[in-house]
Amino acid sequence: MRTRLALLAGGLAAFAVTASPAFAQKQGGTLRISHRDNPPSASIHEESTISVVQPFMAVFNNLVVFDPKEKINSPDKIVPDLAESWAYNPSQTELTFKLRSGVKWHDGKPFTAKDVKCTWDALAGKADEKSDLIRKNPRRVWYSNLKEVKVGSDTEVTFVLDRPQPSFLSILAAGYSPVYACHAQGRDMRSKPIGTGPFKVVDFKRNESIKLVRNPDYWKKGRPYLDAIDWKIVPNRSTRMLGFVAGEFDMTFDSDVTFPLLEDIKKQKPDAVCEARPSNVNQNILINPEAPPFDKPEVRRALVLSIDQKPFNDILFQGNALSGAAMLPPPAGFWGMPKEMLQTLPGFSADIEKSRAEARKIMEGLGYSKDKPLKVKVSTRNIAIYRDPAVILIDQLKNAYIEAELDPIDTTVWYTKVQRKDYQLGMNLTGLGVDDPDTAFYENFYSTSDRNYTSYKNPEIDKLIDQQSAETDREKRKKIVWEIEKKLAEDGARPVIVHNVAATCWTPQLKGVVLQHNSIYNGWRFEDMWLDR
Amino acid sequence: MGAYLTRRFLLMVLTLFGMSVLIFVMLRLVPGNVADILVDSAGIADPKEKAKIIAELGLDRPIFDQYLQWIGGLTRGDLGFAYVSERPAIEEIAPRIPISAKLAGLALFFSVILGVPLGVISAVRQNTGLDYMLRVISLSGLSLPSFWLGLLILMASVQWFGMIPIYTNEPRSFIDEMLLLSIPAAAVGFRSSALIMRLTRSSMLEVLRQDYIRTARSKGASQTSVNYEHALRNALLPVVTIVGIEAAFLVGGLIVTETVFNIPGVARFLVEAILWRDYPIVQNLVMLIAFVVVTVNFLVDMAYMALDPRIKFAD
Repeated sequence: MRTRLALLAGGLAAFAVTASPAFAQKQGGTLRISHRDNPPSASIHEESTISVVQPFMAVFNNLVVFDPKEKINSPDKIVPDLAESWAYNPSQTELTFKLRSGVKWHDGKPFTAKDVKCTWDALAGKADEKSDLIRKNPRRVWYSNLKEVKVGSDTEVTFVLDRPQPSFLSILAAGYSPVYACHAQGRDMRSKPIGTGPFKVVDFKRNESIKLVRNPDYWKKGRPYLDAIDWKIVPNRSTRMLGFVAGEFDMTFDSDVTFPLLEDIKKQKPDAVCEARPSNVNQNILINPEAPPFDKPEVRRALVLSIDQKPFNDILFQGNALSGAAMLPPPAGFWGMPKEMLQTLPGFSADIEKSRAEARKIMEGLGYSKDKPLKVKVSTRNIAIYRDPAVILIDQLKNAYIEAELDPIDTTVWYTKVQRKDYQLGMNLTGLGVDDPDTAFYENFYSTSDRNYTSYKNPEIDKLIDQQSAETDREKRKKIVWEIEKKLAEDGARPVIVHNVAATCWTPQLKGVVLQHNSIYNGWRFEDMWLDR
Repeated sequence: MGAYLTRRFLLMVLTLFGMSVLIFVMLRLVPGNVADILVDSAGIADPKEKAKIIAELGLDRPIFDQYLQWIGGLTRGDLGFAYVSERPAIEEIAPRIPISAKLAGLALFFSVILGVPLGVISAVRQNTGLDYMLRVISLSGLSLPSFWLGLLILMASVQWFGMIPIYTNEPRSFIDEMLLLSIPAAAVGFRSSALIMRLTRSSMLEVLRQDYIRTARSKGASQTSVNYEHALRNALLPVVTIVGIEAAFLVGGLIVTETVFNIPGVARFLVEAILWRDYPIVQNLVMLIAFVVVTVNFLVDMAYMALDPRIKFAD
């Protein structure tokens, strides 16, 4: 009996300890974070970088969000934000949201359904000509199925779709999908935005800092816990890491800590909490199919067959990166294909020597040899994270009689060059805002997408992309997704090398951090984090 | 003297005008404009969006009109709008100038305060152990890259003192700021002081061999008086030139130090603005640096006159 009582008491004590964080959050304190570079602007809808989303997501709210307590973004784990509830019509083409009432923008004006309409009209390219809410729209393709947004009342709004699109709710739950204030000017949204979120922007000093303070009128009572968030822009990575070790910063920038740096940090600051996770950013090769020599499918295939992912992984990630096709592989990825299936794709074979022998045979058939190699240029942004894999690629291409030369491009004109198709091969990084095939395929492989950098055109793939997008049975959808991944790999459309894994560290005094494992762009609301000091 | 000053003033104005044309034209010769880069940063290259931004910023207007608008504004104290932050350029530039000026001033102070006396000592103790030691120190000052020295200082501070002397919070007082800036200033000043020390040494050695020094000694002047009153004053002319050049360099050339120590100064901002082709920021900052260089040159010329009474500026 005594033993049982002791066990019960122990169990209760353990429960109290594990459950206590829910009751023990402390209010107050300023969270200090280092930022890796200068965000191009503060307008999330206009940019495509974590440099903007991580600091500014806390200023806004979405209609819905991926559950911030869950590590994996899943369509089954979407929770209300500015919308209290939502429902589809029977044909799944109308998604109606019931909105919270009494929510105010940071300037005191009320939030209504008109703001929702205004935001998505602008994103779908249907806004008034005079509207200047956004001037760049990198994710227009996300809303190509959005027919219109109808305002039912101040607290009801309906998204009308051309056809059913099960991913639509996930898209709205992304960090890239905040609701903007209709009455705001685009210029203000880029420099000192207003939102309905837990933090207000005090100041955004270019090249220096971003200061956010607690929104005392936040609609979620008791949140946020922090008084302020102080971002310091520190372009030098060594300085950022030393600053974290010295206690100048409470948290590193997301995925800023590479594996060699992780070892240093653990040595110098043993109490640091560090978590390595996939970022859903993959390294891939852009192949220009419109110009020789890669206009020939055989050359593209030989290139793909010559690649061995292991050295990339070992050199750049100490063996921690993930092998996958266009979608992030499981278990972090929701849609990636199983390993056995992956190994049947070109470029993923376990027998690399056999693949390379096949590549050489193809190239010999085209008249190339060791003495008469195919000479090409590998273009890439002139920054280390792009240049390093490009150098490894150049080394590997020799196995298929391809002699490549590095062509480093000023990072500011990279996409302009890519759009002009002024390259043969390009080393590229692609990040996914939402772990969903719709964002991956429509953005990168659909024939009409602005961000289909290689202008890959395959009517069969377009049809399959549309088909999977409308498929409401998730298992059936997965099968179509895998078929698309297989065809893309066979076509040599942006062959994926590895899916990146990197670490983020924070001080043990910072609590409530939940890093999401299938996208770095979500989960940065900061409203549940608190400082225990 | 009056005519000389007028001539110098006109020359300064002419130099600044030439600089303005050069900056304006050269910036536009660099491939890519701000619209390319703004659109590029979003990972797209939509020509329509690009054209809209170009029109919004007035970059589709004739280049001569754009130049006149900039110069006209400059004369009225209106520096225009920064393209990237969309704020008045003056608001972006003004807070950064005092930070860089203080850092440069402090670095220059360190370099002169160390470089000149050590140069004199090295010269008067030529070929002694002390001279060799000072020459080795000055050589290492010239050889050590400042980013490496900066990082070394940061690492040592973290390792030994558990703190990092970087500019993360706005200092609460002038003293705080000077203390914070003193470490990066010392890192920069070390290189400059090495340069000044070597120049002072060679200049002093030359002067110490002159007849008038021998005369001073034969008249019974003390060693200190010979070194500092007779020799140093004449040896300082080339040193003043190099101090002037260093001062001009330090205003815009502290990019590495500002990056490593995370100082939100002019140099780091200028490089960022060039990368973004933020013309109003780059044009105005380069003009400011040009103005400082021209003014320092003028002051150096004036200093020659004060140091060497034989120098006269003929009308």
